[in-house]
Amino acid sequence: MMQAVAIPPFERFYEEHRSDVLRLLRRRLGADRADDAFQETFLRALYAYTRLEHGEHLRAWVLTIAQNVALDMLRRTRPTEELVEAPAADSRPAYAELADLTDGLGPKERAAVVLRYGYDLSYDQIASALGSTPDAARQATSTGVRRIRRRIAS
Amino acid sequence: MTVSPDLDRRFREAAATLGLVDVGFDIVDSPIGELLVAASDRGVASIWFDPDPARDLERLARIGGPRVLRSPRCVDAARRELDQYFAGARRSFDLPLDLRALPPFTLEVLDELARVPYGETTTYGALAQRVGRPRAARAVGTVMHHNRIPIVLPCHRVVGSSGDLTGYAGGLDRKVTLLELEGAR
Repeated sequence: MMQAVAIPPFERFYEEHRSDVLRLLRRRLGADRADDAFQETFLRALYAYTRLEHGEHLRAWVLTIAQNVALDMLRRTRPTEELVEAPAADSRPAYAELADLTDGLGPKERAAVVLRYGYDLSYDQIASALGSTPDAARQATSTGVRRIRRRIAS
Repeated sequence: MTVSPDLDRRFREAAATLGLVDVGFDIVDSPIGELLVAASDRGVASIWFDPDPARDLERLARIGGPRVLRSPRCVDAARRELDQYFAGARRSFDLPLDLRALPPFTLEVLDELARVPYGETTTYGALAQRVGRPRAARAVGTVMHHNRIPIVLPCHRVVGSSGDLTGYAGGLDRKVTLLELEGAR
């Protein structure tokens, strides 16, 4: 059996990923709301941290939490706001481009598509981040892509 | 993307307020150098000299759990009492302590250690005597050396039978400073 990667002390995990989390949330929500979402993301991570079984794919894990927090916040506000992206000073990264495209998808499909094509994660990594299997991750990604294609075509 | 100090502070505050931290720590300034002070919901869990996050975070996780977070709020009480102690305004500590996972012999020795009064010294042999193990002076010395809550549990007040300082996990200079502060030298 392979040795499981040890779960790092939370402080180290937080320091390592906080910039990426904030970047993602600013793209999705704009600078103002990103701060609240940032706090919410890491509080959720703290809640769940004691249930982690190993320390692998923690980046994908916390970015998925951030995606879900952003989705929750967007749902709570006017639907039209969902289309508003924060103006970016530099060129928008892949996941920001994906944000509009994936708007209509369910949370799991959306997360799968964004993690696959925005972050270039493998299906194994996506499965670990979403708490499912690689097959289910592949399935969710392809369903998501099919939906997007259909919507663009119509 | 840099997380602003304000946002960082707010997250750490919220985490501590919601009770989501297993072990909170902060760096506390003192006349004997920076101290890494850590506390859990049970009380003060450790005070270490010469903080080194690369090493200390794992040690803290082993004491209390993986949710180790720097959080000034978690060590407010300890910081206050330590400040008073170093200012000469406090002679004993009222802090609850987290002594989880320590073996029975260690707990007995630390319990006796805690009774050694401010400004006085005792010997390893005398402490061994008091826990009913008169021949265990060396084992008592080992407990002192691994005392994870120095200053509050005053291992600096324990000296060799001939009165020499013997040793101190934080270095002899610190032992001297603490004893001088207490007027024991």
